[in-house]
Amino acid sequence: MTGDYQSWGNYPNLPQTGHRAFFRSELGALFDKLNAGQSTFLPYGSGRSYGDVCLASSGQVLTMRGLDRFIATDWTSGRIVVEAGVTLGEVLQQCVPRGWFLAVTPGTQFVTVGGAVANDVHGKNHHVRGTFGCHVTKFGLLRSDQGRLECSPTKHRELFGATIGGLGLTGVIEWVEIQLLSILSSRLDTVSQRFEDIDEFYHLSAHLDQEYEYSVAWVDCTARGRHVGRGIYSAGRFADSGELRFSRQTRKTFPFFPPFSLVNRYSVMAFNELYWHMGPQNRSRRRLDYAQFFYPLDNVQATNRVYGRNGFQQFQVLIPESDAPDGIRALLLEIASSRTGSFLAVLKRFGDAESPGWLSFPRAGTTLAVDFPQCDDLVADLFPRLDAIVRELEGRFYPAKDAHMSGADFRREYPRWVQLEAQRDPALLSSFWERVTQ
Amino acid sequence: MSGILIIGATSAIASACARIWAARGAKLFLVARSSEKLAMIADDLRVRGAAEVSIFTLDINEHERHSLMLEAACRALGQVDVVLFAAGSLPDQTRCERETTVLVREVMTNGLSPLALLNALAASLEGRYKSAIGVITSVAGDRGRPSNYVYGSAKSLVSTYCEGLSARLFSAGISITDIRPGFVDSPMTAGLELPRLLTSQPEKLAPQIVRAIERRRDVVYLPKYWALIMLCIRLIPRTLFKRLSL
Repeated sequence: MTGDYQSWGNYPNLPQTGHRAFFRSELGALFDKLNAGQSTFLPYGSGRSYGDVCLASSGQVLTMRGLDRFIATDWTSGRIVVEAGVTLGEVLQQCVPRGWFLAVTPGTQFVTVGGAVANDVHGKNHHVRGTFGCHVTKFGLLRSDQGRLECSPTKHRELFGATIGGLGLTGVIEWVEIQLLSILSSRLDTVSQRFEDIDEFYHLSAHLDQEYEYSVAWVDCTARGRHVGRGIYSAGRFADSGELRFSRQTRKTFPFFPPFSLVNRYSVMAFNELYWHMGPQNRSRRRLDYAQFFYPLDNVQATNRVYGRNGFQQFQVLIPESDAPDGIRALLLEIASSRTGSFLAVLKRFGDAESPGWLSFPRAGTTLAVDFPQCDDLVADLFPRLDAIVRELEGRFYPAKDAHMSGADFRREYPRWVQLEAQRDPALLSSFWERVTQ
Repeated sequence: MSGILIIGATSAIASACARIWAARGAKLFLVARSSEKLAMIADDLRVRGAAEVSIFTLDINEHERHSLMLEAACRALGQVDVVLFAAGSLPDQTRCERETTVLVREVMTNGLSPLALLNALAASLEGRYKSAIGVITSVAGDRGRPSNYVYGSAKSLVSTYCEGLSARLFSAGISITDIRPGFVDSPMTAGLELPRLLTSQPEKLAPQIVRAIERRRDVVYLPKYWALIMLCIRLIPRTLFKRLSL
């Protein structure tokens, strides 16, 4: 029962006690112990979700990282079964040299497979392959009322849909079977090009997203006036030939919590100005290792410490297709004029692929994600203004990143929450779920 | 391709070491009490690159089955290059003080049974293989502390035995490495409050353990700074030591 467990944003600060699972065969007993006397808990993976979705309302988390074993692999079909605590990086270590890759990967390889299912994470290829949950073929679930279940699109269908993007509330995910994607090289042919404004972003997206499986854009969230929405577009696709090599992540760690956030108005303005100008004016092509392309921020561990002990919040929102350009521009204008924001702001256009998950975040439209150092002004001033824009355009927030949305907003944006609540295991409850449903 | 025998293979330290050997394509023979856990670990090691993984269910307190297990291991591996002994438990010290049967059982598990097994191991390896044997003992074996002297005395029994056995087997080309870890964050210590700065993760220790065994070191403290800590602790005179509740 050692260690302190927090979310990636270090906000809200709700101390958790960890109860560690090491073997599947011991999970049942651990479950019953945590559920004794009707008390609730929550399974916890790598703690890479930002707000309070990974924090238990009771402060008792069942930590799953000890379940880090491969169960079965078929390298001819690319279908593998792993325990829920295996990280995406650990999967890649085995599958890349054998010519397979995750069909969908988020921007960090440190998340667990169980966490990727529970948050139905997406990546740079959403417009081609949908979410992580689209490639989950079945999984094992442990529930207080029904014991061990195997869920798939044909077996326990309801729980299959409820659990993908179900925020860990429908039972403890014990193991997951996923379908991998075949690759011929572990390197990618990439292009990057800077854009002057939002219209140019959409122009580039219209061209590049057809040609490239992966695309994303960094956006300068401090740019104002005619520069609003300027940024750097980056796209890539796996090369047709070359080596298949696992890329070992370096283990440098950001060593301490600085006494104040290193991300502030001045550092952000200076960085963004410089970074944008460093972006190539014309299309620049490079061949990159997959880790450089997908996981640039994984090079240093505990980067969340740059925000100091107060932590940070990520604001990630989706604006539906029809209103996306205007909506994103309006949001960026508000953010820039508030002079907050950070180095990390990302724009990505989603496709219309449908996930089996009931509460899956992505759908056709554009998503904007911006990190903000936590401070009182944020919650009192900027967020309400951004929320109003999102509400008007019928956008939605991403629970995995959220620490601020109101219950009313959540329930309107995710009307199927009622169905998820009906499927929720009464033994499991997160701070997030308590906050937005009660 | 090397042959690796691991006793106490479901322990966190042993699992982490096994993954290193598996990644190198070794043949592994895993021994532990729970066949269910062994099977899960074996499946995982096969994916991680092990050439072959065999499992054998044994409670090390069943001394009469030791030679049976060792025969099976030699048969399966063909050649025994490395042996890692990592079986053990963490006794509840206060319970041992109250119940002598618990005390005796714990000393059996952590002291006498390891001796019995190493004795049988020496017999089956000597003259056949020039194996490198690693035995996980503990820094707790260096001094008798009130909080865990049952565990400590069992471990020091094993350490002293290893010293003698390594001298006996030296001319046979068999090495014994006495590995003394400090605090390790593992299922065995899951219920304890350990000082965070002095606690290591099994995955961090594993490469050092594998290296120490393969370099045929005599005694290693892991992580290394424990050698310094234990040097200081060993230097405290008994008259003072008994007045401190370390």
